[in-house]
This record gives sequence, C-alpha cells and structure tokens, in this order.
Amino acid sequence: MPDPIRAAAGRPIRVGLFATCLVNLIRPRVGFATAKLLEDAGCTVEVPQQTCCGQPAFNSGDRRTARELAARAIETFEEYDYVVLPSGSCAGQVIVHYPELFEGDAAWEPRAKALAAKTFELTVFLSDVLKVIPIARFDGAVTYHDSCSGLRELGIHAQPRKLLGNVEGLRFVEMKDPDVCCGFGGTFCVKYPDISNKIVEKKTANIAASGATTLLAGDLGCLMNMAGKLSREGKEVRVRHIAEVLAGMGEEPAIGEPER
Amino acid sequence: MTQEVRSRQFNETAQKALADTSLQKALSRFEQGFISRRKAAVEKLPEYDALRDSARDLKDHILAHLDLYLEAYEKNVIASGGHVHWAATAEEANEIIYGICKRLNAKTVAKGKSMISEETGLNAYLEARGLHPVETDLGEYIIQLRGETPSHLISPALHVTKEQVEADFRRAHSALPPERNLDEPTSLLAEARGMLREKFLNVDVGITGANFLIAETGSSVIVTNEGNGDLTQTLAKAHIVISSIEKVVPTREDATLFLRLLARSASGSELSAYTTFSTGARRHDDPDGPREYHVVLLDNGRSNILGGKFQEMLRCIRCSACMNHCPVFHAVGGHAYGWVYPGPIGAVLTPALAGIEKTAKLPNASTFCGRCEEVCPVRIPLPKLMRNWREREFERHLQPAVARYGLALWAAFAKRPALYRAATSLAMKFLRLFGGKGRFRALPLAGGWTKHRDFPSPQGQTFQALWKKRSGAR
Repeated sequence: MPDPIRAAAGRPIRVGLFATCLVNLIRPRVGFATAKLLEDAGCTVEVPQQTCCGQPAFNSGDRRTARELAARAIETFEEYDYVVLPSGSCAGQVIVHYPELFEGDAAWEPRAKALAAKTFELTVFLSDVLKVIPIARFDGAVTYHDSCSGLRELGIHAQPRKLLGNVEGLRFVEMKDPDVCCGFGGTFCVKYPDISNKIVEKKTANIAASGATTLLAGDLGCLMNMAGKLSREGKEVRVRHIAEVLAGMGEEPAIGEPER
Repeated sequence: MTQEVRSRQFNETAQKALADTSLQKALSRFEQGFISRRKAAVEKLPEYDALRDSARDLKDHILAHLDLYLEAYEKNVIASGGHVHWAATAEEANEIIYGICKRLNAKTVAKGKSMISEETGLNAYLEARGLHPVETDLGEYIIQLRGETPSHLISPALHVTKEQVEADFRRAHSALPPERNLDEPTSLLAEARGMLREKFLNVDVGITGANFLIAETGSSVIVTNEGNGDLTQTLAKAHIVISSIEKVVPTREDATLFLRLLARSASGSELSAYTTFSTGARRHDDPDGPREYHVVLLDNGRSNILGGKFQEMLRCIRCSACMNHCPVFHAVGGHAYGWVYPGPIGAVLTPALAGIEKTAKLPNASTFCGRCEEVCPVRIPLPKLMRNWREREFERHLQPAVARYGLALWAAFAKRPALYRAATSLAMKFLRLFGGKGRFRALPLAGGWTKHRDFPSPQGQTFQALWKKRSGAR
C-alpha cells in the first residue's frame, strides 16, 4: 500500500476520482466537491474515462458482467496512487467485492487486491488517510444518515461526523436510528416499491423528528430516495451529499431543487 | 405432507401485509423491543464477538464431521435407554411419529414449540389420522386456535394483536364465563395456562423440538420461556424429540457456548427462562419422566446443502436476530415469506430446502443492508448467500424478463465507455429539459419510484462532460 507521506515527498499524490454512475448522471457537483476537497488537500485529481463499478450486475446475480466491469475499472484505475469514490457502496464494491470476484484467478486476483488496498471512500480518505480537516462554513442544523454498505462493509460512521464537527456554523443533531436502511437498496426500490416505501417512510419520520433542516449522507442513491420521499411528503428538509457541505458548496441548489 | 410452499406469491402477500392495519400495528410494537434488549445484553458481555468466532468455528467443524457426531449421538441415546429414528424426508418423520402414537394408543398429544414439525406439517398429518395435537407454547397455542402458522421463530404469534387474542379466547373457551375480564395480557396468559394445565395432565405423548443434541451424552436440549417444554415431556408416557440433523454439538460445554449466544441474540436474556436437558427415558429410581424416549432425526434436504455454496446456512441456531433486525421483515412480517422460515434465514434456507424455482422472489426481497449478518451469532454471511441465490436465478433465467433485459441493456452500455458517455450525456440533457422544477412527480419507466417519491432531476450535463470542459478551459 503506498505511503501518502512518501508519495507526497516527491510529487503530489495522484488520485483517480471514480465518480460513480449517479454522481456522473444526476449530480455532477458532488464530483466537483470531491475534486475540490482532494485538491485543497494537495492531491492531483484525475478523472479517467469510466463507466460503472459493476455493483448492479453483481447484486443482480450477473457475475460475468460484474467481472467484466471490475476488470475494466481495475485497468482504468490501477495506475493511480489512490482511488477515491464519493460513495460507500461503490467503494465497498471495489474494496470488498472485487477481490471476491477474482478469488483464485492468478492473473486478476492480485490486481484486484492491489486496487482494493488503495481505494477509499471520500470521508475515510480525508479523515484517516490524508488526516486533513476541510475548512468550511455551513449554517444550520444537520443530520447524517449512515448508508448501509459504507457502514457495514467499510465501517464508516465516525469519519463523516468528525469532519462535520469541524464545519463552522454547523449544528449536528443525531436522528433516531441513523444506521437503519433507508429502503433504497439499488434495484430493490423499483422491484419492491411498496416495501421500499414503507421503509423510507420510517426514515423520513426520523429525519423530520430530529429537527434538522439539512440531511446529509455519503451515497447519492440513498440521498435521492430520501430526498424524493421528503419532497413528496412536503417535509421541508434540504438534502445534500456530505462532500458539498465539506467543500463549501452548501449554498448551491439541494437535491431536487431547480438549478438557478 | 409438508407445509405448502407459497413463496411464489411473495409480492401479493407482501402487498396484503402492507395494507393490513392490525398486522402493521403488531409489527410496529415488536420492532424496537427485540433490538434494544439484544443490544443491551451484548454490551454487557465484552467477549461477545470472541464467542461468535468460536461458535462459527465450532459449527464449521461440526458440519465437516457431521456423520461422526451423529453416530456418536445415536450410540449415546441408545445407551441411555432411548430410540433413534432416521427420517430422510418430512413424510418419513411424520409416519414414524404417528406410528409411535398409534402403538401407544395415544389420544392426546402435547407439543412443545418445534419449527421442524412446521416443516413436516406434523399437526395436519396427525389430525388427518384422528389425533389432536395441542400446542403448549402460548404463542403456538394462539395461532393453533386461529388456524394459522407461526410468523416468527421465537414469537410465533407476533402478527396477532392483544385484542385479536382476546376475541380468539372468548370464541375457543366458550365454557368460561363470558363476562370475565381479559383486558390485561396477564389475564390472557393465566387463562391459557389454566386451559393447558388440564391437557398436560391427560397427555399420552409429548412431542418437542430440540435446540441442540449433545453427542457425548445423547441428550436433547430445549429452551422455553414458559416451562411448557418440561411439562410436555415429563408428564407424557412417551417423549418424542423431532430434530434436524445439524443441531448436534459435540459436548455439554459446547452446548453452553451456543446457549449463551442464543438467548442474548434472541430475546436479550442471559439465558432463556427454562433450559431443559433430556437424556433417555425414566429410570428405575426416577420419580417421574416418560417411559419411552424417541428421537426422530430429520434430514429433509440438509445433506444436499452440506459441502455446497450454502453450507454456512446450516450454522443457524434459530435465534431470530436476523429477522428482528430486518427492515423488510419489519415492513411485511413473516407470513409473506410463504413458508416456515421468514426473514433473511428464510430467504436463504427456503430456496435450499424447497427449491429456487418456487422461491426465487425471496433472495431478491432484501436491500442488502447487511444488518442480519451484523447481528448473526454464528456469523452467517446472509447477504452473500442471498446473492449466491440470485446468481443461480440469473444462470437459470428465473428473473422477470423486464429485470433481465433492463440489466442487459445497461450492461451493454457500461461495457463500452465511449458509447456510455455519449448515451448518458444525451439522456441527462433530455431529462433536464423536462425537469426544470428540480423534480419529477411521474416519470416513464420509473413508475415504481415515482409512485411513492419524487425523482430529483439531473443537473443536465454529466460529470465526465463537465470535467472535460473544465480541464480544457485550464
């Protein structure tokens, strides 16, 4: 595993930004916020031509497609010192499941493991690898939802709270059951829309009861699910990816708000 | 005659469950209790995670040598004066049990809680032959009165509200004074106890399940919170234990490891209220106990799971923690799963025992939130095993055509980065044209999403396109 200090001694750390499908398609500003945070910390950020990490195929039982997409991602990103994703679930796919997908494959398993070892979810990378605290200001009461894959596959819980704790003007309030699923579940929410709805209803009730005016999380899928439900219910909570607030982009339109 | 598998109808039964206000009321009451009690119990036990590792390793060891431990167990049951009957199928198990009842000319059969007997459909089998098995666990007694099946492993009547129980008791116990007060749960409990006590005294055959079978002594172990298991087996002429083969553990000490994990994971207790070890029939100088002791060891498909991709499922000790922490179970309850085992264990075990063709919906009914694996006392990787089933389904084209073609179309783009970039750019620009308000209340092909929630409109250009522009401008 590359040592950031040593890498930084000779030249800036080169980070490959794996933006994820949803950020690429729906909310590019999360990609820019991520890039800004990494650049502010002294990294060089590159965005190579990329598609999907393969998680939807993997979770739908299409292992062959999952392996093909994983191999492509390995080829694309293995040249960087680090790979950073603004998503716990896509990062979990690379870190936990790529080595699993190539288990016993003499050619690919070592490459999958090598990539997994230098791949990080954004808040973990900032907090635990670079050990930086972004300087930002955000006024208001904020609550944070722990997305399941990030929480349970990668153990992300303290890092986002630590980073948010340093944002000036931000008042953090914990909702009830922040670690309980929001009902998104990738294709689950369209395969079982009514069960998913029942689950997200409980989540939005907890969000509203927390008194927070802004909801943050580290995964755009969950954020879109919760934002969509809050907006349908007419609950006045603005929803953003944590990177936006940390990068000082908290004044831009929230998820589901018209572009100005 | 086994319990019918109705998992094909998962979508319909789940839909009904969501609309059932009394079920939803019962589910919302149950949700928090188990979770907070388990959490408190685990926090008081610093070695909890180390115990889980030991339990996982021990189970793996047992499963690797299952034949040896079962043979040792059989030898020691016989040595202690009991009988062992091997049943490959549910039908065989039912026949064996009925045979014993018939030979003893039994009229009344009392039953302790046993999910294995649910698997074999034992009650219906015996009733069809003129016997009247009486469930003695309070929850099981309630659902027997209602003609239902358990909806949870340790809380079988979880789906029933107190008001419904009161109505059932008034209907079933018609000899009791109608003006009696049944407002309190304790009065319901007292009434059930009174009714059951009478049945215990006249029981011919007592049937119980087993939480563990101990190879070194030939003992069977059951845990209950009402003591009904003890009465069921002690007062009967014959005690029949029905157990599946993977319940065997090597020693008494090993059993205590699992007992410590089981009670904490299940109900948050340090131990269940009653833990009963049964070894053989009544001896000469015993004051009480059954005159005959039988064990029916059921395979029912388990030996096919051994050595395969789903073997880890056989570690399960049936504590229910997985379903107690499952958001999908919280939403729809246990009956929606359509067979004996609900929740995450059902999503893995039911396809393994009943075949994936009939049960393909179950492994898909999960958000993969991973909470089940997080709380499993024997560390069964439930999401991984559900994903293994999804792979089998994919290989056999068992998934709905829409999902299959949708995935194939998406994969075709994702494998061609240049095409992906062009197509996604175009699609997002197009969506943006109509999403000026920031969100969609309805969207073609996304009805499942927009039925319940708005769809946030995309910014317009893709990140990759915008990044390229930024880089070019520098």
